[in-house]
Amino acid sequence: MFHRESGTFKTTYAGDMALYPLPVARGTVIALFVLFVVVAPLLLADYYLSIINLVMISIVGALGLNILVGYTGQISIGHAAFMSVGAYTAANLAVRLDLPFWVTLPAGGLMAALVGAVVGIPSLRIKGLYLAIATLAGQLIIEWTINHVPWISGGTQASIQVPRPSLFGYELKTQGQLYFFVLFFCVLAIVATLNLVRSRIGRAFVAIRDQDIAAEIIGIDIFRYKLIAFAISSFYAGVCGVLYTYYFGIANYENFQLGVSIDFLAMIIIGGLGSVLGSILGAAFVALLPLVIRTVMETVGPLFFTASELPGIISSLRLVIFGALIIVFLVLEPEGLNRLWRNVRNYFRVWPFSY
Amino acid sequence: MGEDLDFFFSLVVSGASIGMLYSLIALGFVLVYKATEALNFAQGEFVMLAGFVAAALLTAKGMPVVLALIATIAIMIGFSFGLERVVLRPLLGRPIVAVIMATIGLAAILRGLPPITFGGDTRTVPLPIGDNAFSLGPATIAPIQLYGVIVTLLFLAGFTWFFMKSRKGVAMRAVAENQQVAMAMGINVERYFAIAWAMAGIASAVSGIIWGNMLGVDVQLALVGLKVFPVVILGGLDSIPGAVVGGLIIGIVESVASAYIDPYVGGGTKDFVPYLLMIAALMFKPYGLFGKRKIERV
Repeated sequence: MFHRESGTFKTTYAGDMALYPLPVARGTVIALFVLFVVVAPLLLADYYLSIINLVMISIVGALGLNILVGYTGQISIGHAAFMSVGAYTAANLAVRLDLPFWVTLPAGGLMAALVGAVVGIPSLRIKGLYLAIATLAGQLIIEWTINHVPWISGGTQASIQVPRPSLFGYELKTQGQLYFFVLFFCVLAIVATLNLVRSRIGRAFVAIRDQDIAAEIIGIDIFRYKLIAFAISSFYAGVCGVLYTYYFGIANYENFQLGVSIDFLAMIIIGGLGSVLGSILGAAFVALLPLVIRTVMETVGPLFFTASELPGIISSLRLVIFGALIIVFLVLEPEGLNRLWRNVRNYFRVWPFSY
Repeated sequence: MGEDLDFFFSLVVSGASIGMLYSLIALGFVLVYKATEALNFAQGEFVMLAGFVAAALLTAKGMPVVLALIATIAIMIGFSFGLERVVLRPLLGRPIVAVIMATIGLAAILRGLPPITFGGDTRTVPLPIGDNAFSLGPATIAPIQLYGVIVTLLFLAGFTWFFMKSRKGVAMRAVAENQQVAMAMGINVERYFAIAWAMAGIASAVSGIIWGNMLGVDVQLALVGLKVFPVVILGGLDSIPGAVVGGLIIGIVESVASAYIDPYVGGGTKDFVPYLLMIAALMFKPYGLFGKRKIERV
């Protein structure tokens, strides 16, 4: 955050190891807390809250994909399929067994983790491009299965209506109430990821990403950790899917198609591979971009296109801009928005001196 | 019983001819992989783009068919050249994930552009080949499929000759084998990358013309690209004969399976079974039927 370290010297070990190195860091955390918990829900209109809700749900999924792709170096084009596994598991449990969300949410996550680990099994034998294709197969097969097995998909149009989540007898209905519901899980996911990546498991992931043979030689069981990476990543995806389900009140496979997997890949590439802040920035960027495009096109678009064409044009334009952004970031700034943010921060850290 | 057998036979024949056309698309994929070790996730979109170009040129007034076809191929070659230069060359030496993601981004761009520039209508690729189906015993084949199979076979023979006998082909194999050693032997590696992409452009152009004629050209045409992955995995990512055998197997299995299973599950078997086959191949024979095993030594 906005540290300014010039002129600050640490004279005790306790000071050096403190959770907040400077008072301003603690201030930032408190300010963020106040902003998100008090100011945002009180001041923002429902429309803006709904945007923030969607961004926060995407953050959970993006964090999961970043653990797999950014930290462990295993590519996955099937993230949306794991989200759908979580979504339909939770929806079925909620509708058939009438279970509350604090049971269905972890259950959806665990089911997705299980399926994710199964899809991850080929990662032992195959790498890189082969794995990309294997996860693509996972995506298509899961999509087909959900679509064609009425027992899972609930029959009509492969979608299941889900009751609103309720806590202590209160139903969470309005955007403001759902905001806190989603915020809780989003913060939980962020903190869990931050802790995971500097734990033993997280370090093993990074070792596998950087040089898998070397990692095996220093005693990391590659197969086990790859499977763990797939399982954890899919768990996040599953939770993300469950959140979508509760948020929209419906589990629908159309929200979890191949294009969504690619959206999530775009999030972590634009945000920055192997970085928690990058996942957050990327998720926000990708979730907000369509809104910006729509606003711009609704004012400029009618000059070039007729009103009936416009919705199709907007969705196509979104695809083009996404693709272009992925390529631009890959070619010009592989570390993504996170790196841009770091550059800015490093400049201000020692400001007004140059280093 | 005889009727059942005839039905089965015609399924196999139509599956095999479709399979050969899958091979043609897969060929573009394999050529790029063989030379540059890059996976092109936008292969289906290449085919779609070629289809749009062909549709636009063939329906243009006063354009001779032959000229239009040649122009389509030339445009696709130019497109592949430019693409290699602008997008893929800066990614040389970066992790394989980066290249895959770049082609996924490219696929998104190519899929988004046609509705903006060409509009959302389905276009036709008219070819002067008539529509009298050829019959082969109890089976019939549409003329475009028959011509497609012939063109595919010609291409395969041509590319096989190129890789086996010609000087450029041997150099390209050397590049695929080991880029550094190839450089040390005085081979201009980047130039061969460009040539490989150009050849993939030719294969995409021809696939675009044939598939565009069969299915009509719109954004959905890009979905045939999804069939490429099972084909190349089954055959081996770096093998041209593998692409053919893989294409035949996928084509036949898909045609037979969809005829016998579809009535029970309500459709979609066609898109699903090839991937099951592919998963099995990945589990038991990850380098495919003809692919080169890669052994990693420490």
